[in-house]
Amino acid sequence: MLKKRIIPCLDIKDGRTVKGVQFQNIKDAGDPLELAKRYSDEGADELVFLDITATLEKRQTLVKLVEQMASKIRIPFTVGGGINSLADAEAVIRAGADKISLNSAAVKRPELITEIAEAFGSQCVVVAIDTKLVEDQWKVFVNAGKTETPLNTVDWAKRAFNLGAGELLLTSMNHDGSRNGFALPILKDVAATVNIPVIASGGAGTREHFAEVFEQTSVSAALAAGIFHESVVNISEVKSYLKTLNIPIR
Amino acid sequence: MIAIIQYNAGNATSVKNTVESLGFDCEITSDQQKIRAAEKVIFPGVGAAQSAKLYLKTYGLDNCIQKLQQPVLGICLGQQLLCAHSEEGNTTGLGIFNAKVKRFPANGIVPHMGWNTITPVKETALLEGITAYDDVYFVHSYYCEPTSETVATCDYILPFSAVMQKDNFYATQFHPEKSAGIGLQILNNFLKL
Repeated sequence: MLKKRIIPCLDIKDGRTVKGVQFQNIKDAGDPLELAKRYSDEGADELVFLDITATLEKRQTLVKLVEQMASKIRIPFTVGGGINSLADAEAVIRAGADKISLNSAAVKRPELITEIAEAFGSQCVVVAIDTKLVEDQWKVFVNAGKTETPLNTVDWAKRAFNLGAGELLLTSMNHDGSRNGFALPILKDVAATVNIPVIASGGAGTREHFAEVFEQTSVSAALAAGIFHESVVNISEVKSYLKTLNIPIR
Repeated sequence: MIAIIQYNAGNATSVKNTVESLGFDCEITSDQQKIRAAEKVIFPGVGAAQSAKLYLKTYGLDNCIQKLQQPVLGICLGQQLLCAHSEEGNTTGLGIFNAKVKRFPANGIVPHMGWNTITPVKETALLEGITAYDDVYFVHSYYCEPTSETVATCDYILPFSAVMQKDNFYATQFHPEKSAGIGLQILNNFLKL
């Protein structure tokens, strides 16, 4: 049986892991290579790296980091943040990333999803959606959550799927960093709308939150950052707990 | 020396990293002489069947692979290209395995992405030490139909060939280079054949 995946996310800035709360108050959280190795040993099913380095000159640092990561890690990993073109995607994939994740760039130019899917296959295109509840409507936000768009989240998810995305990574900004649980209603709606895997992100605080998201929605994976970096819960604890509930887990 | 075939559909770097970590010399190459002379050959692949096949044909790698006598391991798209035919782009494969490659039905979640269990159905040195409960990492939208060459199956929407073997040709639909310890064991089994 296909297993539900537990995915630690490492936000990368200038080659270091960082963590912010609701996309703000960024603080240092360690060496990405060491963390990645630790997570892989603890049973992480995949890793996600999101580069939040804003400047172009630092992009080369990311490609080097991806190369090092690919030589050390024996589980799949996704790299996102600042991938704005087919060439950006190619550089990261050639360096050894299994998937790339698109966010603002896909909103700005949706055809980019199709271009990358055609060049490297849908399986390596993750569309990351940052969403926030605004007056009872889940809206899509871009530019690291700073800019609201007119897009409705379910509509955008469907469009991304139709354009060739192989997976969606849905982060609720209302829940991110809160540690009060995942945004179940919107995750449920999005996962029921598209026929590709959906990764739940934002709000994990306890092992019970992982159980909730797998029992109450059809998401394929759940992602967390801070709670794993700070060892609030570790991955192997989450996984053994989910196994006791008969949720399919590796 | 282990040759990893270089063509336009590659996860060759990840495979090379993993083979080297197991202590074997390897080279990513599209040089037919080197491929023929290698002790073992790995035929990886991520991408689309049709353009991959066209590339192999253009550079004469299709015939080269078909005639190899040493152990060969196809991975993912590599396995699919070793089959007779793929629905993906209506592509004629290399015909080592007498299997058809089909697309998963659209009512399920496709791609099949993540860790899934493989069930060995025949003895093979490739799966020595692997039990029926071991999970490996898959990511694919097309699958190889089970045939008499299937040595392990996997179930996702329907049963398909997770591992195939015919004579010196071995193939896995999953990515051993991305399947943590279990994947390392399978690659090590192949490298020690």
